[in-house]
Amino acid sequence: MEVPILKQGSYLIATFQAALTDEDLLKLQDALVMQVGKYRSRGVIIDVTALDVMDSFAARTLRSLAYMVRLRGADTVIVGIQPEVAFAMVQLGLTLESVRIALDLEEGLAIMDQRTKTGKGLALVDQRAKRGVLREK
Amino acid sequence: MPKGNKELHDLGTLTTEKSSTVEDNIALLRELVSHLRQNRTQLRQEWARRITEAKLLTAMSQEEIFTEATAVYDNYVEALETGTFEALQAYARNLSERIIPRGVETHEVIGIVLLLRDVLARSLFAKYQHDFALLFRILDAYEPAANRIANTVSVGFVQERERTIRQQQEAIRELSTPVLQVRERLLILPIIGVIDPQRSRQLTEQLLRGIRTNRAKVVVIDITGVAAMDSNVANALVQTVEATRLLGATVIVTGLSPEIAQTLVTIGVDLAKMNTVGDLQGGIEEAERLLGYKVVPISETAQLA
Amino acid sequence: MRNEPQESLISKLAKAPISVNGEIRIPISSDADIVIARQQGRAMAEQLGFSASDMTIIATAISEVARNIINFARRGEMIMSPFQRSPRRGILVVARDQGPGIPDIHLAMQDGYSTGKGLGMGLPGCRRLMDEFEIQSDVGKGTTVVMKKWSPEYDTGP
Repeated sequence: MEVPILKQGSYLIATFQAALTDEDLLKLQDALVMQVGKYRSRGVIIDVTALDVMDSFAARTLRSLAYMVRLRGADTVIVGIQPEVAFAMVQLGLTLESVRIALDLEEGLAIMDQRTKTGKGLALVDQRAKRGVLREK
Repeated sequence: MPKGNKELHDLGTLTTEKSSTVEDNIALLRELVSHLRQNRTQLRQEWARRITEAKLLTAMSQEEIFTEATAVYDNYVEALETGTFEALQAYARNLSERIIPRGVETHEVIGIVLLLRDVLARSLFAKYQHDFALLFRILDAYEPAANRIANTVSVGFVQERERTIRQQQEAIRELSTPVLQVRERLLILPIIGVIDPQRSRQLTEQLLRGIRTNRAKVVVIDITGVAAMDSNVANALVQTVEATRLLGATVIVTGLSPEIAQTLVTIGVDLAKMNTVGDLQGGIEEAERLLGYKVVPISETAQLA
Repeated sequence: MRNEPQESLISKLAKAPISVNGEIRIPISSDADIVIARQQGRAMAEQLGFSASDMTIIATAISEVARNIINFARRGEMIMSPFQRSPRRGILVVARDQGPGIPDIHLAMQDGYSTGKGLGMGLPGCRRLMDEFEIQSDVGKGTTVVMKKWSPEYDTGP
């Protein structure tokens, strides 16, 4: 089963299916690393909401994928790891330390926007705006 | 006259024959069952009297004891007759369910079953004392069945009791680890008491589910109320922090006591990845900072606005 | 009882993933079989009353040991079956191959030890995931991994 890759503005979004074989994962890795250059993408979001199991092979592939994407000049965010999958992963010893992670697609897109569009300076403005909201109460 | 009874009388004359076949047993049990049916009223009254005399089932009234005694008696006879224990087992479980909340103890249940066994054995003795050979054979057939019945009822009670205890433990555990939302996207998890592997696991699962449902970004885990921490608990805490990160949230641990801090250093648990703040208040402030909030007194808001 | 009929039954069972007395056998010879094995394992775990977390844990452990077969022996089989030790029950997972075997099991069971195809978390990780874990390996003959997970649900039925 091949993983569909969606181009959304300057991001690529790959959505995992429940059952992915090792071969599917490696194909996805190649396709993403290729397309990042082709579309001059600034970020890659990998949505694993539907993934049933994250074993050591999947974790290793995602880690090297994120690294390769970074070498091609883009950021990677993994979104949608389910609570049960996360629980099994830490017991197995998989923590995806070097990879950026967000709760879901919405959050992943927000992180990407913050990093690629607004940058650090504007993130501070964002904080001040939120502070204002709290004061009003 | 049923075939069984005729066989029984034939067998009764073979006093020297010691080994009994399966068929003999069936015939003997049939004889036994009809005896217990005929004397139903008198035997269960005797049983209820002995229960009261032995001060068992004190939590129940005389009428209740007699009603339950009747039901157990009938199921008992049926189990003897059919050799199947399902009905008795189901009744024993049902009975246990009713009497456990009233504080009936295991020794009482075992006590009443043994009393019934005794009451019935005495009545058999009274009936067959004229023919010892037959009495022995009747008892040989009765004993294993009666033992199995006693076993079934007692085990049923104990299992039901264990089930109740497990349910209560489960309920206590869930009560003891609330995941609370303090502010939008901020959860706190105050841990109090002793943490064992099972509880730490449940705690982690609850927290992870809470993060997803509340879309939390920051979690403050307060362990002020944790008495002691060994390497297992510490490692479980590290795993909780790691799992939380896999859901895209950050953990702040607060309330590490001097004793626990010392233990962690001594056993060499790597807490470098952990974001720790002295107390719960500081932890919540840090969490708000991470979320981009700042709490300001109302008097200052006028100037700042 | 003689041995021959039993052996022929085993070889018959080994041919396809079929279920006898709730036992499932899955031949492992490609990475697609890893996915089949973990899906079957998850389904069995669900039937046995395991929680969602435990189902994922079991599927993850199955994925790891099945991958070990592919990586080191190229082919083998997975056997999954329910077991009962009153009043509790659980799932038994056996992974078996006739591959080259592991020369140093002690080393292979250490965290971070890897021959380059994974993160070195496979076997020690499985031991953490499951309640019981045993491995036996003979160089030149093959490897057998036996794992058990106890169900939290007590079987109080008759």
